[in-house]
Amino acid sequence: MRSCRDISALISQGLDKKLSLGERFAVWLHVMMCIRCRNFRTQSQFIRKAARHYTDNLQSRLDRKS
Amino acid sequence: MITGTLLTEKNLSAQRPILFRYALLQLRDSDLADDVVQETLLAALQSASSFEGKSELRTWLIGILKYKIADHWRRSARESTVSKFTLTDEDEGETEQDDFFMSSGHWNHGPKAWSDPEAALKQQEFWTIYETCQTNLPPKMAKVFMLRELVGLEAVEVCRETGLSEANYWVIMHRARLRLRECLEIHWFNTTKKEKHHA
Repeated sequence: MRSCRDISALISQGLDKKLSLGERFAVWLHVMMCIRCRNFRTQSQFIRKAARHYTDNLQSRLDRKS
Repeated sequence: MITGTLLTEKNLSAQRPILFRYALLQLRDSDLADDVVQETLLAALQSASSFEGKSELRTWLIGILKYKIADHWRRSARESTVSKFTLTDEDEGETEQDDFFMSSGHWNHGPKAWSDPEAALKQQEFWTIYETCQTNLPPKMAKVFMLRELVGLEAVEVCRETGLSEANYWVIMHRARLRLRECLEIHWFNTTKKEKHHA
């Protein structure tokens, strides 16, 4: 049984590369039972989305200032 | 050694958004960023012959862009301005020690459920907090995170840019996400229940 530290590391990696079948299975099995890791997954995805909005926002903020 | 397909104007301009975001984050001025990207693409076309198909087009362009940005700092006599992207931090990334997890590997302060994160994206105050959280990452971690998530480089490209090993890259990104998550939770999603907490 892998720990939350390991599973959240895999979840993070999964955002940047394709995990192996074994890794994906381990994550799937773990998040079924672990609400915290499930939250971590949702929140990491949200952070990615927020980051992508960020530069667009930055640009319009900078434009407004000048 | 030009492979004609690689250096068409179309292929160059396809790289424009990434180059622009890279420049914007460093220069914090969208007109200036635009100019520098323009200069970069022009320089790329002019020196097409020095492009050796071996290196990735984008890596090559970013190399030119970095030179143009440095050039700008020199010209504007703001050399004292240290760009975020040139900072390094000694520590982060290597050690297993952190307070996100207990020694057993279980969450210490585990991620709580966030209510309506989508709504946050529309609120100005949220972005102030987001920016603060992002800025408070250790410098090198911030750089790695920003190159990946804001500029949009692939993981391998980030490693190339920062000289990180792949293993360190995974550790740093994991930690960046843990930190950002915690910071947003404390300062935005959990502000009703004021708890004392290390930031």
